[in-house]
Amino acid sequence: MLKFPLWKILLIVVPCLWGIYSFSPHFFYSQVEKYNDLNKSGLVKTQKPLLEPQLWYDWAPSDLVNLGLDLRGGAHVLVEVNLEDVYSERIQNFWPEIRKNLRTIRNEVGSFSQEDSALNDSLIITIGKKEGIEKAISFLNKELSSKNNILEILRFEDNKIKVSFDEQEKRKIDNQTMDQSLEIIRRRVDEAGTREPTIQKQGSRRILIQVPGLGSAEELLQLIGKTAKLTFHPVIKNSVSCEKKPTITTIIVENFDDINNCLELEKKFVVSGSQLTNAQPSFDQNNRPAVSFQFNPVGGRKFGEYTKNNIGNPFAIVLDKQVISAPIIQSYIPGGAGIITGNFSVDESNRLAILLRAGALPAAIQVLEQRTVGPELGADSIKSGKIAAIIAGILVLLFMIASYGLFGLFANVGLIVNIALIFSIMAYFAATLTLPGIAGIVLTIGMAVDANVLIFERIKEEIKTNKSLYRAIELGYEKALTSIIDANVTTFIAAVILFSLGSGPIKGFSVTLGIGIMTSVFTAVYLTRLLISIYFGFKKPKILNL
Amino acid sequence: MRLRLLPQNTSINFFGKSRYAIWLSILAVLISFVFYLINGLNYGIDFRGGTMLMIKTSNSSSVSEIRKSLNNLELGDTVVTKISDPSDTLIGNPKQMFLIKIEQQEGNAEVQNNMIIDVKKTLSNNLNEVSFLQTESVGSKISGELVQKAILAVCLAVFAVLFYIWIRFEWQFSLGAVIALVHDVLITIGIFSIIGLEFNLSIIAALLTIVGYSLNDTVIVFDRIRENLKKYQSVELLEVLNKSINETLSRTIITSLTTLLALLALFIFGGEVIRGFTFAMIWGVLIGTYSSIFIASSILLKLGVKRDWSNKNSGNPGTNFDE
Repeated sequence: MLKFPLWKILLIVVPCLWGIYSFSPHFFYSQVEKYNDLNKSGLVKTQKPLLEPQLWYDWAPSDLVNLGLDLRGGAHVLVEVNLEDVYSERIQNFWPEIRKNLRTIRNEVGSFSQEDSALNDSLIITIGKKEGIEKAISFLNKELSSKNNILEILRFEDNKIKVSFDEQEKRKIDNQTMDQSLEIIRRRVDEAGTREPTIQKQGSRRILIQVPGLGSAEELLQLIGKTAKLTFHPVIKNSVSCEKKPTITTIIVENFDDINNCLELEKKFVVSGSQLTNAQPSFDQNNRPAVSFQFNPVGGRKFGEYTKNNIGNPFAIVLDKQVISAPIIQSYIPGGAGIITGNFSVDESNRLAILLRAGALPAAIQVLEQRTVGPELGADSIKSGKIAAIIAGILVLLFMIASYGLFGLFANVGLIVNIALIFSIMAYFAATLTLPGIAGIVLTIGMAVDANVLIFERIKEEIKTNKSLYRAIELGYEKALTSIIDANVTTFIAAVILFSLGSGPIKGFSVTLGIGIMTSVFTAVYLTRLLISIYFGFKKPKILNL
Repeated sequence: MRLRLLPQNTSINFFGKSRYAIWLSILAVLISFVFYLINGLNYGIDFRGGTMLMIKTSNSSSVSEIRKSLNNLELGDTVVTKISDPSDTLIGNPKQMFLIKIEQQEGNAEVQNNMIIDVKKTLSNNLNEVSFLQTESVGSKISGELVQKAILAVCLAVFAVLFYIWIRFEWQFSLGAVIALVHDVLITIGIFSIIGLEFNLSIIAALLTIVGYSLNDTVIVFDRIRENLKKYQSVELLEVLNKSINETLSRTIITSLTTLLALLALFIFGGEVIRGFTFAMIWGVLIGTYSSIFIASSILLKLGVKRDWSNKNSGNPGTNFDE
């Protein structure tokens, strides 16, 4: 009949109690959040006597759902890393060796040269005598691949050889590039001192950066969007037309202050930013914002030697293909410390120092998506979400009592426990609640009672066919169950597809919808049944007013 | 005292008028299609690429003022609209909110980012007490992907459901349910085209939830049909269908009402960001309820179903997965 064995009662009651217990900290969200932050930073123990009033209790549950950026406010940026940049850079390193090898068989290949080509992930070498091309390829294969088995040397067009990395090596380089990019972006964001940023790899070449709190995606991008490649070049000519063709050994670089004005520099740099050990924002002798830096011993020695030999000559500091400044070397600079001056604002010098400290990105990045939610809108969204959820809840609760009386009340208990369970499960798995997620919960409030409606309507029908009350209730639950399961499985399928394919708002919605479906079946079917059986155990009613 | 929405035993003949319902639906789908061809959809930046800013200002600013101040920046296609919030009007504290949509700028990421910085600077200089509620910028690369993923998600959901109902019931049921679903989705897209509401990622989420909800309704009616087919083997199909819909009618209405109550609360008080989403959902619940009664079952009636369920499924109804 309606009797439950003890183990079943426990199986139903324990999760419900857990749900309510773990839901409780959400009533004191900001307090508990502060407490958790302090705990994480390890300050609770030491500062405890100073904490007044006490934020939260050590024995109490303190897991909270994370609030998404749309509720908390913050910046969201999705970027793609140009992995191919790195191939072209690395493949260039093989050129001297290839040249050396080809020279030894010059009689067969004739004159040869490297060609500028659109295929920037490979070296294209044009051969003078095309009869010798097969010989050249086999020779290079023998000389190079015996050492490192990572290159692919192929004939390309009639008289050209293409040298590129094989697929396996490319994947290896890709992984390194991604790891390095992630690390550098993390360092840059951390250095800017924001609160718990999320920096994640997405797919094979994308990085998602989310920074909650104040700030905008624009500021975030100014920080992470720069490759921050810093190099120091000897200056050939101080002011040239930007249209001028560079020679083999020079490059034409535009001026940071005046992009219509270019400088001709030696291609080979003296030192690069990778040899920096430190960079700090500071001020020059005229009290203008500047950045002071420190090289490591190797870089410092090169830098010192160069300054010693070139007193009186200009020296260009190039950041991301722009000349930041080109000061004249006044004196020998030993010890590898220096200062970069330019037309900076204080903010810019700060940012430049962070970029230099964190190091250069190995490849350029491309912005796919940038979103900012102002903290005001976030707070508004929480407020309106709360109001909507409470009003929706009250309306549904009243409606259920009006329609089903006492049984409606049982269904309502199930509904409330259901909401507590959704939050607790999300908090347990550290899931993130977004505004669409709140919409999912509100929708669950509306749909969760469906199972109970099905059951109660079924019980009514069974009573009509003159079954005993107990039997009718039992049959009502039994017969409604298949419909409930079919109906919820289909909605659950939709939720799973949303979760796996969705991004952003869709994902947040599917999480609460999916969890809500599972918990609602549990509370609507099992919890209400237990409540009804307890009621019948005490009251033993003869008729039921449904 | 109980709230009674329906008389105790209804026996409405749903199929007496089913012909009209089907024609009405065909007409609605056609109208949706025509509007889609003429109007297209008001795609959000998720699907079109570009930049969207939501701003709040003091009471004095107007759309033309904002447009004028942005004119000098040469941003290309720029649309400024005012947003009204029903919950604010209810509370009596109307805010001035505007939505600014700017087309994708030529050039690399830095151009886009600098454009946003410029726009924000210009607006702060020209307007009183402006605050930036939300800024979103989506590149064309990702927007193309999002469109693909969205279409894939809807199709996958429909197919998954088709499959599930097919193994749980019979192919006629499955076809009926899926036609009802496609009907719901098409008409919802149609209404977005007709009233020009923004169509974005969250609308796709709404569409998929409508798929789930409409199906929920359909499956419950189907479950009852299957049960009654076993019970009344000699009764005509039309009568069995009618009886099943009548028996589940009270549940259909109560559940639709509770869901609508929740959605209405969300629509009025849930804020601007999810209003389009809740609108789609409310529409979807209405149309989903309609379609599971009139469309799905009518198709079942037209296709006919196997009448002899007794030999295989003599035990619990609906628990056999091999059917």
